[in-house]
Amino acid sequence: MAALLNVDNLQVAFRGPRGEVPAVRGVSFSLGREKLGIVGESGSGKSTIGRAILRLLPDSARVTADRLTFEGQDLLGLSPRALRNLRGRHITMVMQDPRYSLNPVLPVGDQIAETLRVHGAGGRGRELYRKVLDILEAVQIRDPERVYRAYPHELSGGMGQRAMIAMMLIADPRLLIADEPTSALDVTVRRQILSILDDLVSRRGMGLILISHDLNLVAGFCDRVLILYAGRVVEEIEARNLHACRHPYSRGLLASLPRLEQPVGELATLQRDPAWLDGPVYRFGEEVSR
Amino acid sequence: MTERSLAAPPRLLGTRLTRRIRSLGGLLASLALTFLGLLCITFLIGRIIPIDPALAIVGDRAPAHVYERVREELGLNLPLWQQFFIYVGQVLRGDFGTSVLTGRPVLEDIARVFPATLELATLGILIGVIFGVPMGVVAAVHRDRWPDQLVRVIGLVGYSVPIFWLGLVGLLVFYAKLGWVGGSGRLDFFHEGIAPSVTGMILIDAAIAGEWDVFRNALHHIVLPAALLGYFSLAYISRMTRSLMLEQLNQEYITTARVKGVSEARVIWVHALRNILVPLITVVALSYASLLEGSVLTETVFAWPGLGRYLTNALLAADMAAVLGATIVVGLVFVGVNLLSDLLYRLVDPRAR
Repeated sequence: MAALLNVDNLQVAFRGPRGEVPAVRGVSFSLGREKLGIVGESGSGKSTIGRAILRLLPDSARVTADRLTFEGQDLLGLSPRALRNLRGRHITMVMQDPRYSLNPVLPVGDQIAETLRVHGAGGRGRELYRKVLDILEAVQIRDPERVYRAYPHELSGGMGQRAMIAMMLIADPRLLIADEPTSALDVTVRRQILSILDDLVSRRGMGLILISHDLNLVAGFCDRVLILYAGRVVEEIEARNLHACRHPYSRGLLASLPRLEQPVGELATLQRDPAWLDGPVYRFGEEVSR
Repeated sequence: MTERSLAAPPRLLGTRLTRRIRSLGGLLASLALTFLGLLCITFLIGRIIPIDPALAIVGDRAPAHVYERVREELGLNLPLWQQFFIYVGQVLRGDFGTSVLTGRPVLEDIARVFPATLELATLGILIGVIFGVPMGVVAAVHRDRWPDQLVRVIGLVGYSVPIFWLGLVGLLVFYAKLGWVGGSGRLDFFHEGIAPSVTGMILIDAAIAGEWDVFRNALHHIVLPAALLGYFSLAYISRMTRSLMLEQLNQEYITTARVKGVSEARVIWVHALRNILVPLITVVALSYASLLEGSVLTETVFAWPGLGRYLTNALLAADMAAVLGATIVVGLVFVGVNLLSDLLYRLVDPRAR
């Protein structure tokens, strides 16, 4: 299977008043038509990786990589026009909170149609309208005509996130980056959104990067998991083997989760070790020194 | 609770319509109340200031019985609350009294001077918006780079240089030296009285009458003062636009638009700009209202027969009927502009409907 995305030694640093602050330090992975999870605490650089792939980082960020390609195309060298062509149509991203990620003054349907319109795809008039209704139905919205005309503040969080997914999938992209797509939602709605996402991604044969801080969610949803510590991948592992992870940081993360079947009086606290920054890392259970 | 019941209930349209009618009714009621408050304040101002209207009419050498008779005719011997009701009744009938200075009914005077100010202020605010908003947007997009600095300097000059000085220099350069614009006044002498007055705004009157020579001459006269007022409001409008835009450009929905592949121009001019319209309308409405008040300095420098000059002259001559009439007009202008911006909010922001 040819890889969709190849990332080799990705580095991101933010220029600040006191010099550069590294956010991502030498991250490498490749992605086929599969579901990859990236987990880590807040500040570990997981969102930055997603935004670096789409070149969304502000000018103050310095992004370098030995290789950052999408279907063989170098992402770092793209012209603004080529980049626009790529975004929305080939690579897209679902963001955290639909209350902020949808434009408050435009009808939801127009925002979804815009994805097709800016790429000159999907026709116009009734044909375009029909396509938007179709994708709204695909994300399991039962009254698509009403949602088309609705403004974001008239939708619940779950509905808003479905509209967001519709907007990002309508142009049939091949890679979707989902940046904490369920963190802002009610617990009851999370599962629905994930299953919609899962269904659409597998049916369309897309690649998916799921960025999350939620180990359980990622373990249950993804094929493969990258565990990120301070901008560095300390462990890469099959999701089903996550319980057998070896890096002390991964083990610490697992140990700090509450378990229904084994209640403990006090949850373990994660002890961090600065040596992890350049200590050994683990790939599929094997220690790799670098 | 299921996802479906969280969403808005069906039959939304009916409730939305009644809600809109109700909120419009509330708006009109609050406007009426504002107007009554305005009348109350102008009335009290007229009674509190140490100018005796009777004395102003008869002069200080009139015998006491003449003075008393005039006081009675003016109703000044009645209790204050009774005077107020008479005053409100007169105003509602459109009777603002007679101006001592011009000898004509105040309403007639205002009908003559207000269109001059309206014409000038409207053109001024148009210039301010047409240049100020794009300048503010460009400054925000190129934050801290040279376009931003340029806009900042232009705005700073607009703020800090006295407008009468700019007016005099403008007249010297563009009228006296270059001859690009007309001089002071609204028209050259030989163009006066050709187009019949319909609206009192010469540009519109001339266009209605098809007198294009008059139109061109009026445009020559208005362009410099309007540009100055426009420059003055541009300074404020561009500054506010910049900070409003900076706030929006950091929002997450802007990232969403970029992720979709929307061009940077569309991100800025459609997605972000639509979201600053509500506060921007407030900014523009306040600038417009302050221009409509009549800019005394500009009107004086350009000998423009507008509301500002009328009010100032009336004040200096202790012509109270004219002062109160003009004050009510200024108050009405503010109420009207506020009403207009309220209606515009509903148009541009779905959350305000």
